Order: sequence, then C-alpha cells, then structure tokens
Amino acid sequence: MSKFEGTSSYIATDDLKTAVNAAITLERPLLVKGEPGTGKTVLAIEIAKALGKPLIQWHIKSTTKAQQGLYEYDAVSRLRDSQLGDPRVGDISNYIVRGKLWEAFEADEAPVLLIDEIDKADIEFPNDLLLELDRMEFHVYETRQTVKARQRPVVVITSNNEKDLPDAFLRRCFFHYIRFPDRETMERIVEVHFPRLKRDVLNEALTSFFDLREVPGLKKKPSTSEMLDWLKLLLAEDIPAEALRSKDGQKTIPPLYGALLKNEQDIHLFERLVFLSKRER
Amino acid sequence: MFIRFFLALKDARLPVSITEYLTLMEAMKAGLAGTEIDSFYHLARGCLVKDERNFDKFDRVFGTYFQGMENLFEAVEGEIPEEWLKALKDRVLSEEEKAAIEALGGWDQLMETLRKRLEEQKERHEGGSKWIGTAGTSPFGAYGYHPEGVRIGQVKGRNRRAVKVWDRREFRNYDDKVELGTRTIKIALRRLRRWAREGAATELDLAGTIAATARNAGSLDLKLVPERHNKVKVLLCLDVGGSMDDHIRVCDELFSAARSEFKHLEHYYFHNCPYERLWRDNVRRQDAVDSWNVLRLYPSDYKLIFVGDAAMSPYEIVEPGGSVEHWNKEAGGVWIQRFVDQFPNAVWLNPTPEPHWRYSSSTELIQGLMKGRMFPLTLAGLDSAMKILR
Repeated sequence: MSKFEGTSSYIATDDLKTAVNAAITLERPLLVKGEPGTGKTVLAIEIAKALGKPLIQWHIKSTTKAQQGLYEYDAVSRLRDSQLGDPRVGDISNYIVRGKLWEAFEADEAPVLLIDEIDKADIEFPNDLLLELDRMEFHVYETRQTVKARQRPVVVITSNNEKDLPDAFLRRCFFHYIRFPDRETMERIVEVHFPRLKRDVLNEALTSFFDLREVPGLKKKPSTSEMLDWLKLLLAEDIPAEALRSKDGQKTIPPLYGALLKNEQDIHLFERLVFLSKRER
Repeated sequence: MFIRFFLALKDARLPVSITEYLTLMEAMKAGLAGTEIDSFYHLARGCLVKDERNFDKFDRVFGTYFQGMENLFEAVEGEIPEEWLKALKDRVLSEEEKAAIEALGGWDQLMETLRKRLEEQKERHEGGSKWIGTAGTSPFGAYGYHPEGVRIGQVKGRNRRAVKVWDRREFRNYDDKVELGTRTIKIALRRLRRWAREGAATELDLAGTIAATARNAGSLDLKLVPERHNKVKVLLCLDVGGSMDDHIRVCDELFSAARSEFKHLEHYYFHNCPYERLWRDNVRRQDAVDSWNVLRLYPSDYKLIFVGDAAMSPYEIVEPGGSVEHWNKEAGGVWIQRFVDQFPNAVWLNPTPEPHWRYSSSTELIQGLMKGRMFPLTLAGLDSAMKILR
C-alpha cells in the first residue's frame, strides 16, 4: 500500500506521517486528538486525497447512535406502507437503511472512513462499535445477513476530548496527538496555503500571532485554522507589513484581530495589556 | 523484545496492555519503525499510549530506558514553574537586588539569580527527599512540577542539538495534575447528569408506536414521548474571601462549568463556614438569605456541593461566636451538620492539595462532619466526588 507523505495542501510532521502509515499498515483505526483547529478533520480528507481513495465522512452528534452507522430499520414507513397495501411490505430488506459503515464495507475500493468528533456522542458509543471496527463485520438482525468488509477501510477517528473514551476501544486504536505547530512548521503551512504571500508580511504576522498565543490568561488561544483565516483577511485587505510591525518593541493590537480572538474577555484582557505596555514606555 | 521496556512502563503506572504491546511488535515486524530512534519513539508512543496526559510519563520512561542516563525520578526533580517564579521574584529578591538585576540586563539574569537562590535552598533541604522544599513551609513544595516548568537543575552543559524529543518533555502540560480547565470540570460534572423525560411530547416513541399499532390490529397509532432533560438539581455553596482568594480562579471556572451543565442550579456564598446567613451575590453582601430559608426551600433530592479550602480557626466550627466577621449564635459545625442532614447527597470540594489537609485541624473537623466526603478540586477528586453524589 502506498505511503502517506503529506500533500501539496497539507503539511504533515514526521510523527504524524509515522502514525498515519502505522495505522494503515497495521489496519488499526487511527485516533487523532489535538487542540481545536489543528487540522484533525482535514487530515482524513488529505489522507484520502494522497492515497487516491474515496472518502466517507460520518459526523457524530450528541444524538448519534452507533446503530445508525451500521443500518437502521425504518419501521414507520413499513407500517405506513402496510396500511396502503404497498407490495414492497413483504420484504423487510426494503426498509433497511444503510449507514456509513455499511457503505464503507461494501465499497469496491477500500475507502477512507472518517468518524468525526466521536466524543460528541453518548459515552457508550465507542463500545458499541468495538467489534465492528475490530473485525470489520456486523450482523443485520432483521434479515439475518452478515455484512463483511470487502477491503478493510482506513479508519480515522477524531476526538476533542470532551469525554474519556473507554479503554477497550483505545486499546484497538493507534493514537496520535496533533501538537500545536512550532514556528517553522507554521511557516510551511502558511506557504502551502498562501504561496504568494510576501515574506515580510508573513514574518510579522507570525510574530504577532505567536506573541498573541503567549499572552497569559487567554481563555481560548487562537488556532492554526484561525491563523489561516486571519491571513486570508490580511491579504484581502492588502495590509502592509508595516501595519503589523510593533514599533520599538511595543505591543500593538494587530489589525483585524477579531479573526483570532473570539472571546470578549480575551479582547479586553489583550487591550489592557497593550495599554499597560504602552504606558510603561 | 522490549519486554523490560514494557514492564518499565507498567511500573510507571501507565495503562498499557498486552494487546498494545503485541501491536507494537506487529508494527516492528512490518518494518514501520525504520532505523531511527525518533520514528521508533513515535511508533511506540502511538501504539502504547492512548491519552496525551500520559505522554509525559511515557517520555520519562523512554528516556530512562533508552538513554540510561537519567534516573526516572531525577528527571522530575528540580523544576520550578516559570509563572510562579515570575510571581515570586518580588518576594524572594530584595529591592536592591531587583535594581541590580535591572541594571545587569533583564529577565535572563533574574532567572539566573533565582536559580542560584533556589539551589542554595535545595541544599538546605536535602535531608530526605530531593524535591525542592518538601519541608512544608517552603512554597515550592505546593506545586511540584507544573505546565511550562523550567528545568532548573539542568541548565549547564546541555547540548541543544542533542535534546531528544522525549527529553524535551513537551507534554508535561497534559499530565493530569492540579491544572483544571472549565472543560475538564465539565467532563467531570457530566457524570452527574441524569436524564429524565419531562415536558411536552415531541419525540416519536418507536417501541410504543409499534406496540400500540399491533394492539390496534395493524392500523397506525403514533405515540410520542417528551424529550429527555437533565434532571439533576444542584445546590452549590462557595466559600469567598480570605484564604480563598488564591483559589478564586478555579472556583470561578467550576461555577461557569456548573452553570451550563444543570437545569436546576442554585448557588450561595459563605465565608469560611456556613452560618445563619448565606448570600447570593458576592458584591452585595447585605442581601443575605437566612440559612433556614435555604434549608427549607430546597427538597432533599438536591445535591449539595460545598467548595471551600476549609482553612479557618477551629473555633469557627466548634464554638458559638467563632466567626471572624460577626457574632454567631450557633457554631459553624452545627450549621454544617444541618446542611448535611437536609441534603444527604453532599460533598465538600477543597482546592488545596490533599496532602496539606492533615496540617489544618479545621479541615479535619469538616472532613469529619462531612463523613469523609471531602475531595480535592482536581479532575480525579471531582470524579470521585461525582461518583459519591450519583
């Protein structure tokens, strides 16, 4: 199987590459955690792109049940059809609605299956998928049929740490924690997204971005994706590097900082700090 | 292969299992580790550790095992939180020293001086443990190691290029120590949730519909049930002022987390110990509420959570008139007892670290009144508290 080396639009660090390739080779689900906005979901999309495989996305909500990923038995329409005398009523398989996992198992080519934000679901959700992800098969009770994966899909699972996942589930996964990128990696990431960004603008922008992350007591530190949004705005407004540069070491409020700070208290805190540092001079 | 490494991980209390060890072996066999130790490190970590809180422990074991140069516990020693250093510089250094340092050139110099200071202190304490200032009076002991700690013990002779990934110990921040965020509190509080169906019928009750339809001889009879709501009721009493000032931030977070987790959440403030009056708004203390009213107003299925450091004069608990703020007719202990009697589901959360409790007699008294249901305000402590409340 081909190796994952990152793509033209996604910078993968060495540890991330090791993790992805190990998960593919070992045929284990890859569990990805990390700060919000560090590209967990995008990773699955990029893996699919790099390996040339179709991508099946299953986004989890608080109401999602494990069963919905396998199949659902639409009893209500069957009842309705029975009252209308529809001939399809005799065959129960007409009312079995396939879920994402079934779709992935039945695909002609092994797809990449993304189970996004697994921690949003009920606490028992991962446990209900143990066997299915382990053996890549499940039983359809209504039709007494067993669905088995033709090829094992590459499974990527993301989590935001809102709930602890059960040990039995964790044991079956390969784990990777996406760290917040350092400056060097960040520069490469920005270059991939904005190839025509001027060098000096990039430098100044990164400096003020990392400074902002260093501000003590922020409720939510700005993330990679917010950084990229901010740069997009800077480009659209065509803001020169001088506007970002801090004069004689003073802190300044970066323009369009609304893209980076999403919390009223954070903005107040930051403005106060800037004010204080100016007064000291 | 690496069985000793695996056992070393187990000894360091990392939750590793044989399945995971075999996965690592399988990966090695598939040639995933390559020839470099870095990629082996990433591979082993991905296979064996499933929680970033344990990365730091793993890094330490890995460092010890594959380097053989650092003893497992010496790696932990000698780290002092930088934030704390910043806060403490005012207390440790005299005005003249600060002025001298300003003249010499800023923060680095300051750190250096502090480091020397701390080394001196370490030597003085070296009797039993190697930790800086375990004597109890030293403020160093309270923190141990801390996110973004600086490695004071190892400043000299460290070749920058040779620093290995695991040696940088970047995951220290995720170790489950005292640091509690709003989110982690939320996860812990979520244990308390109990769902119940209440209100208008809006959801289709599939099982009920099928049963009713069958009974109806096949003609469709739709049944609806109300949506599920969180039914847990919580009465939160927070200690404010005095010795609690240091813990205000943690309590603030607990409060904001609790706010969004429960439908019925009532909160009151008290100072040191609950007496005959509680208040709802910390700023307007004059709008006090009679404690008897609180006791009578809420039914006993409310869960009571006290948050306070329980650090006060023991007289506040055992003697009438012991309060530092006013003349109280009845002792604090009587009031705590009344609250515990009215709300059998009660816990006391204490933001001070658990090992310190036995040095304060008031904490022990309250611990007794709460029948041992006092827990530290850490994730683990919240977890066990919520288990009791359930």
